[in-house]
Amino acid sequence: MQVSDHIQVKVWRGDASGGSFAEFEVPQQPAQTVLDVVTWIQRHADSSLSYRFACRVGMCGSCAMMVNGIPRWTCRTHVNKVLQDNHLTIEPLRNLPVIKDLACDMSEFFDKWKRAEGQFSGTQTRAQAVAAISPGEPARRAANAAIECINCAICYAACDVVNWNPDYLGPAALNRAWSLQNDSRDRRHGERLQAVSADGGCLSCHSQQGCASYCPNELNPTASIAGLKKMAAGAFMKKKYRDRHG
Amino acid sequence: MKAHRRQPLYLAFLLHRLSGLGLALFLPLHFYVLGRALAGEAAFDAALSWTEGPLVKFAEFGLVFLLAVHFFGGLRLLALENLPWSNRQKTFAALAVAVSFFVACGFLLRAV
Repeated sequence: MQVSDHIQVKVWRGDASGGSFAEFEVPQQPAQTVLDVVTWIQRHADSSLSYRFACRVGMCGSCAMMVNGIPRWTCRTHVNKVLQDNHLTIEPLRNLPVIKDLACDMSEFFDKWKRAEGQFSGTQTRAQAVAAISPGEPARRAANAAIECINCAICYAACDVVNWNPDYLGPAALNRAWSLQNDSRDRRHGERLQAVSADGGCLSCHSQQGCASYCPNELNPTASIAGLKKMAAGAFMKKKYRDRHG
Repeated sequence: MKAHRRQPLYLAFLLHRLSGLGLALFLPLHFYVLGRALAGEAAFDAALSWTEGPLVKFAEFGLVFLLAVHFFGGLRLLALENLPWSNRQKTFAALAVAVSFFVACGFLLRAV
C-alpha cells in the first residue's frame, strides 16, 4: 500500500462557548504519535493552538484527547494505528468543559474524587511502625488491581453515564474509592461507602464497560464499581438485619 | 454509532435496554388479549385464533428472543454485580445472545 507523505488532520478549535474544526496537512513521520502531530501543528501551522501535555511517555496522564472519537493518550498512540483513510480527527476529551481548543477543565473531575472521599485517611502517625500488609491478602490484591490510575480522565470521557448524568462520580473516582476501601490502614471506610453509594454514586453505573475498554493502564473501573456495589448491598443488608434484630 | 460505543459490552447494554422496552411495549397487547376473556369465550377464542397466523407466530419468535435475551442478559448483570469479578464479560454477553437465539429458534421449530 502506498503510504501518503502527508496526513489530513481535523482539530477542534474553540472554547466553552463553542467552536469548530480546523483542517491541517501534517507531514507523516516514522513512529509518529498523535501528540507529535498536535505539536507539529502548534509549531509549524498555528501557534495559537492550545493543548496540554507534560511527560510524553504515558506517565503523567495530561495529554488525553479524543482521537477519531475514542479517548486516548495521544503520546502513546501511534498515528499509523489510528489513521482512517489518511485522516485524523482530534478533539478535546468528552464530558469535560473545554478551556480552549484541546485543553479541558479538569476541576469537576478532581472535585468528584473529593466527593468520593478519594483521599487516604490513616490511623497511625509516622512515629509508629509501618503497617504490615501481606501482598497475598485478598483486600490488598483488590486494591492492587485498581491502584495504578494516573487520573488521565480517559475512562471519564468514555463513560456514557457521566454524559447522561453530570452528577455521576465517574469511573476514576469510584475506582479510587474502591482501592481505599480495600486499604486496611484507612479509617473512613464507612463515610466513603456512604459517599459512593449516594445519588450519582456506584449504583448509577450501567456496566457498559467503556472505561475498562479504553483505560490505557488496563485497569478495570467496572470491576471496582461492581465491588463497591457489593459492599453497598452488604452494608444495606447488615443494617436491615440489625434494625430488625437489634 | 459514536466510535467509543463500538465495543461489544455497549452493544450488550443496548440490547438489554431495547429488549426491555420491547417487552414493555408488548405487555399492553398481552393484557388486551387476556382481557378478551372477560368479553366471553367466543371473543377470547377469536383473539386466540388470530395468534395462530404465521406472521404472528414469527413475531412471537421475536418476542421469545426479546424475553430470553433480557432474561439471560439480566442474569449476566446480576452475576457481574453479585458474584466475584470475572474477566470473561464479553464471553458471557455473547453466550446470553447465543442461548437466547437457541431458545427462540427452538420455539419457532415447535410452532411450525
